[in-house]
Amino acid sequence: MSAAITLDHITKTYNKGATMAVDDISFAVEKGELFGLIGPDGAGKTTIFRLLTTLLLPDKGTGTVVGNDIVKDYHKIRGIVGYMPGRFSLYQDLTVEENLKFFATVFGTTIEENYDQIKDIYGMLEPFKNRRAGKLSGGMKQKLALCCALIHKPEVLFLDEPTTGVDVVSRKEFWEMLKRLKAQGITIMVSTSYMDEATLCDRIALMIEGKILSMDTPANVIKAYPEKLYAIKSSNMHGLLKDVRANEDILTCYAAGEYIHLSLKHEGKESEAQLLNFLQERGDTDLIFKETIPTVEDCFIRLLGNKDGNKEGNRN
Amino acid sequence: MRTLKFLLQKEFRQIFRNKNILRMMFMTPIIQLIILPQAANYTIRNINIAVVDLDRSTYSQKFVNKVLSSGYFKLAAFSQSYDKAYQLIESDKADIIIEIPQGFESKLNTEQSQTVSLSVDAINGVKAAVGSGYLTNIIQDFNGQIRLDWMQPSKMSPMPTIDVESSNWYNPNLSYYLFMVPGILVLLVTLIGGNMTSQNIVIEKEKGTIEQINVTPVKKYLFILGKLIPFWVLGVIVFTLGLVIAWAVYGIIPLGSIALLYLFVSVYLIAIMGFGLLISTYSETPMQANSLTFFFMQIFNMMGGLYTPIDSMPGWAKVITEVIPISYFIQVMRMIVIKGSHFHDILPHILIVLLMGIVLNTWAVLNYRKTT
Repeated sequence: MSAAITLDHITKTYNKGATMAVDDISFAVEKGELFGLIGPDGAGKTTIFRLLTTLLLPDKGTGTVVGNDIVKDYHKIRGIVGYMPGRFSLYQDLTVEENLKFFATVFGTTIEENYDQIKDIYGMLEPFKNRRAGKLSGGMKQKLALCCALIHKPEVLFLDEPTTGVDVVSRKEFWEMLKRLKAQGITIMVSTSYMDEATLCDRIALMIEGKILSMDTPANVIKAYPEKLYAIKSSNMHGLLKDVRANEDILTCYAAGEYIHLSLKHEGKESEAQLLNFLQERGDTDLIFKETIPTVEDCFIRLLGNKDGNKEGNRN
Repeated sequence: MRTLKFLLQKEFRQIFRNKNILRMMFMTPIIQLIILPQAANYTIRNINIAVVDLDRSTYSQKFVNKVLSSGYFKLAAFSQSYDKAYQLIESDKADIIIEIPQGFESKLNTEQSQTVSLSVDAINGVKAAVGSGYLTNIIQDFNGQIRLDWMQPSKMSPMPTIDVESSNWYNPNLSYYLFMVPGILVLLVTLIGGNMTSQNIVIEKEKGTIEQINVTPVKKYLFILGKLIPFWVLGVIVFTLGLVIAWAVYGIIPLGSIALLYLFVSVYLIAIMGFGLLISTYSETPMQANSLTFFFMQIFNMMGGLYTPIDSMPGWAKVITEVIPISYFIQVMRMIVIKGSHFHDILPHILIVLLMGIVLNTWAVLNYRKTT
């Protein structure tokens, strides 16, 4: 039993089938893995979390968490998983310490008993232990929520968008903490809509509209990007984007930070030169054109484009 | 059991930290019980009358004096004509016009009968009915006096008359407070038990904390018990506070057994908290819960038999009063406090409310399961 989490053809709809949230998804997460669900809002990430933490029942399919069925053995699962919902949901009118104590007791344990599990994180919170949870800063709230999810030494940790709305430094700190937890052998499933965090996971699943488009290690996902990806920039980015789009040889193009990322239908020096000529003729100046390594975001956008393309195709 | 202890500890900690709950718990009963019964009084006084005395005789003077000395009426004005008096009614300065026709005294002497006209502003129906009732009584009384004055005792043949004398049992002085204060206390206990319970659970829903609890191994029934017990305790405390105020301010001491009162309150709180729980399962936000509670509280207020007797309601309304728990509590309160009823008198009430408690709580728990 090496898989910590399995999903087998899980389907979940809302509003009596009118809204498809999770569409026939199957995958497995190995024990001790840091697994990332990457996708935009509404992709179905939270639904997967709620199904696996036994808050929702699937319409179809089965799933297990550490060998326990998510429907039949829900009570066992609740004892061995830690869940941190996307929204801060601890008692705001209780202090840091009272919250932690409360969640320790409902799991039938005490802070002292499992102190080593949380000491790294709780150490940062301890100066504020008599402060009401509602009065903490965003980053502190996340740390407290993580502490409360960890207090009973869970085997699997579910973190739903833990870094949304948290500053860059706290986000980095948070991922450091996750790495340490992973080192202790805890299986972690985390969702995020920040693509830069995806590379910090062992494996990622790119999700959209309730389907998984691609699932692999971040490096393999990037490697699988089939075309050469170029980055281009000029003094007039708005004009440049329009001009690039006007070129017939362009396969995809979109703004990505200070550059425009694009790929060509025909690869090779010739096409590259042709494109540059085309742009210069149109009056784009100060052009910087180079090949670039795709990021997870590029992969995601490409998959998204394919999906929309397929849809279009189906309709015709 | 250990879990329940911690749930209760947490719940009480939150309640005592919430200044609003404490304020509502202690200030509401004090303010409502002290102010409401004194302000919202059935005894109608200060009815403004305009007198149009076209006769200006000794008798008309006597009559007007009798009306004014009754204590219920205030003289708005002596008017020259009916039209002038009518203007007073229109400008809301007078409620009733008494018009004494010309020749009041002389016609009484000659024709042995006379008419007095009463015009009543009936916009406020209660005031109009009560006011004209008082006046009619006074006129009859006046009438009787005249007969006594005029009839020659020798000529008077003994006329058989039936004199009705009534005595008011249980509330001999017809004290309005004795009637109202226990009823208002019932409303208060209902508000604490029903509204606060539903609010508390819905707030956990809104903040998402209920989801965090749901992924722990805490059993549903323990969680619900952890919610109900604190408000049951608060309900009993408020009830006690209310009894103390009723005794200290109005001198009301229950005639019947106080233990019996507490027995009924205990059962009643279970029913009304089940109702609050049910509302919380049907609402997502405190706002929704509040609106729902407000809707039902209005019905409870108006149909519970606090202000208007249930016996005078139409048949369909009586059916409604039979399914709302508050009407039983108001009846039992009055029975025990005023009448001194015994256990076997209120046993049917206890059983019905207990049944309601079981139905409401079961419904709520089933619905709570379904939604999560």
